Amino acid sequence: MSTQATDFAAGVKLNPECNILTAPEVPFLHDQIVTAIYARAEEVTKNVASAAATQTGWDHKIDSLVTSRIFGYPLMLALLGTVFWLTISGANVPSAMLADFFFAVEQHLTALFMLAGAPAWLHGIAVLGTYRGLAWVVSVMLPPMAIFFPLFTILEDLGYLPRVAFNLDHIFKRFGAHGKQALTMSMGFGCNAAGVIAARIIDSPRERMLAILTNSFVPCNGRFPTLIAIAMIFMGAGALGSLAASATVAGLVLVGVAVTLIVSLVLSKTLLRGTPSTFTLELPPYRRPKLTDVIVRSFFDRTLFVLRRAVIVAAPAGALTWLLANVRIGDLSALAHLAGWLDPFGRALGMDGIIILSFILGLPANEIVVPIMVMSYMAAGAMMEAESLTALQSLLVGHGWTWVTALNFMLFSLLHFPCGTTLLTIRKETGSPGWAVFAALMPLAVASLVCLLVAQAARLAGLL
Amino acid sequence: MSLQNCEESLAFQDSFAIPRTGCAYTVALAGNPNTGKSTLFNALTGLKQHTGNWPGKTVVQYRGNYKHQNREFTLVDLPGTYSLLANSAEEQIARDFICFGRPDATVIVVDATCLERNLNLALQVMEITGRAVVCLNLIDEARRKNIVIDHLALESRLGVPVIPSAARSGEGLGQLKEVISLVADGAIRPEPVQLSYPAEIEQLLEDLGRRLPPGLPSWVNRRWIALRLLDGDRTVADWLSKNSENNPTGRRIS
Repeated sequence: MSTQATDFAAGVKLNPECNILTAPEVPFLHDQIVTAIYARAEEVTKNVASAAATQTGWDHKIDSLVTSRIFGYPLMLALLGTVFWLTISGANVPSAMLADFFFAVEQHLTALFMLAGAPAWLHGIAVLGTYRGLAWVVSVMLPPMAIFFPLFTILEDLGYLPRVAFNLDHIFKRFGAHGKQALTMSMGFGCNAAGVIAARIIDSPRERMLAILTNSFVPCNGRFPTLIAIAMIFMGAGALGSLAASATVAGLVLVGVAVTLIVSLVLSKTLLRGTPSTFTLELPPYRRPKLTDVIVRSFFDRTLFVLRRAVIVAAPAGALTWLLANVRIGDLSALAHLAGWLDPFGRALGMDGIIILSFILGLPANEIVVPIMVMSYMAAGAMMEAESLTALQSLLVGHGWTWVTALNFMLFSLLHFPCGTTLLTIRKETGSPGWAVFAALMPLAVASLVCLLVAQAARLAGLL
Repeated sequence: MSLQNCEESLAFQDSFAIPRTGCAYTVALAGNPNTGKSTLFNALTGLKQHTGNWPGKTVVQYRGNYKHQNREFTLVDLPGTYSLLANSAEEQIARDFICFGRPDATVIVVDATCLERNLNLALQVMEITGRAVVCLNLIDEARRKNIVIDHLALESRLGVPVIPSAARSGEGLGQLKEVISLVADGAIRPEPVQLSYPAEIEQLLEDLGRRLPPGLPSWVNRRWIALRLLDGDRTVADWLSKNSENNPTGRRIS
């Protein structure tokens, strides 16, 4: 009796003995079990229910196209590309108009400060620091957001995002993650903090942690406008410019997804070991988006939310940047000291010290990285009346930017540490400051590594 | 059911925080989400409901009582799940209760308008327990959508009673209560048609089934236990090592 029990215990010792018992003999055992269940359910249904019971509606046909093995991915890419193309080709004109307007106002403000006899430092902080920062944020970021967010909301309301998750499910599983991570990742396109909270839908703690840690590898609302603006400037020249710029942003999204998968795989082989669990994803019926809902949610919940956050954080950041640029230590400004100190690191990654400093100062919100960078560049000497994207371009080019710099900037923005809000959310969701720190340092390492490789490749090719 | 059996099964149910109400039959209510399971639960139990938590889980437990032919029945509403492969807390609760809670009957609520998907769960429940009844719910909606289901054919293919019902209007509930009572009494002993797996797996199941401790309680479905062990199910292995009389050391198998 007791030998039998020991024998039995040895046989079913789950890890790793049980795997030795089952794995070599029956590959995909779990899948085979599930397949048997599904096959029986299908067979029984076919024999007892009339044809009407099996779905043959138009939505079923669309689903079989949208989630098909052949057309699923191309369709996904095409949709994504179209959204970016509409955003980029549509945003140029209003962007320039807004910039014109804001800088006309700036001149009046300056005149007003002169008239009141305000001291130069006050004019500096208030107008050249704060106001100009705000003007940049609004004119560069508002138009892309006002086009991108409604389009994205329409896709969401149509019920397309669950289909994306469905398409990506088996890829995620192959990379050791939970299929639902495709969903939380899709949420991350909106806001990484929301994506982190959404990871609650994943029950296994291991897979939830994977979803949380890798969420910031997809661009959020705060970073999309940044990526789009920089892509417009550096990849958007020429006749096919907006196509090239859209392709760049779509490509960046793909890079983000690829990094999400690779990091998930590496983590699931090292820190978070285990096998992925299965789940059922119900594809909701297609619904016609309600126009008012789309407008209200994309404009108020997204555009204004992002803008408000950018403005609230950008205003003090603008003032701080101006102060840093104008407080002198020795014969250099504090900003120049900091930037100079970070410069070797930035150069190694194909950028410069100011860019890295902007990312660090931009920790509270990704929206303000570009404004801080612009203010720092302007404070560092080349004071210019910036009128539109072309002005931003000449400012950046004037500071040594090439498209390689732009590419590295975009990659770094895509892959670097998540914003402060997201980090706080991670701390709360994981209940561990340690994981939150890891969630900041790990992406930083990934971003640095990728940029280092790109810069190195560019150097070898003689581009840098 | 003798009083002794009653005591015994209640002891098992203690670990699921189902308090004893006299010597009532315990009936589990399983089903996919959105199948009208809660409507059925409300229709059967009326206002005699209690809400609590599943022990150690943040999942709400609903239970309620009803009387049928002077016998008391405690209905336990299991969390709505699509499967019982124990991927989530909900699935694990439902699965553990059906297997180790030893309900006198398990009602599987099935949405007649999407039978195929719902059968996936039904087949998994029927793998665990023979005391199963399929409640083919939302039959009114199916009729509206011109879906015709031959419930007698379904019954013979599944090997368990199938009762068409519309919980919202009360259609079929009388018959359902009667069949539940017959199954709980043992007057009907359904013999669910078992799923067949690829030969390789069947062979392993047989081997492992033979190696299971012989002293397992008679109500345990050995084939299912073997299947779960083969699939690497830790909770089943744990349960087995704790409840197996043949494990003299009493040590946990995992």
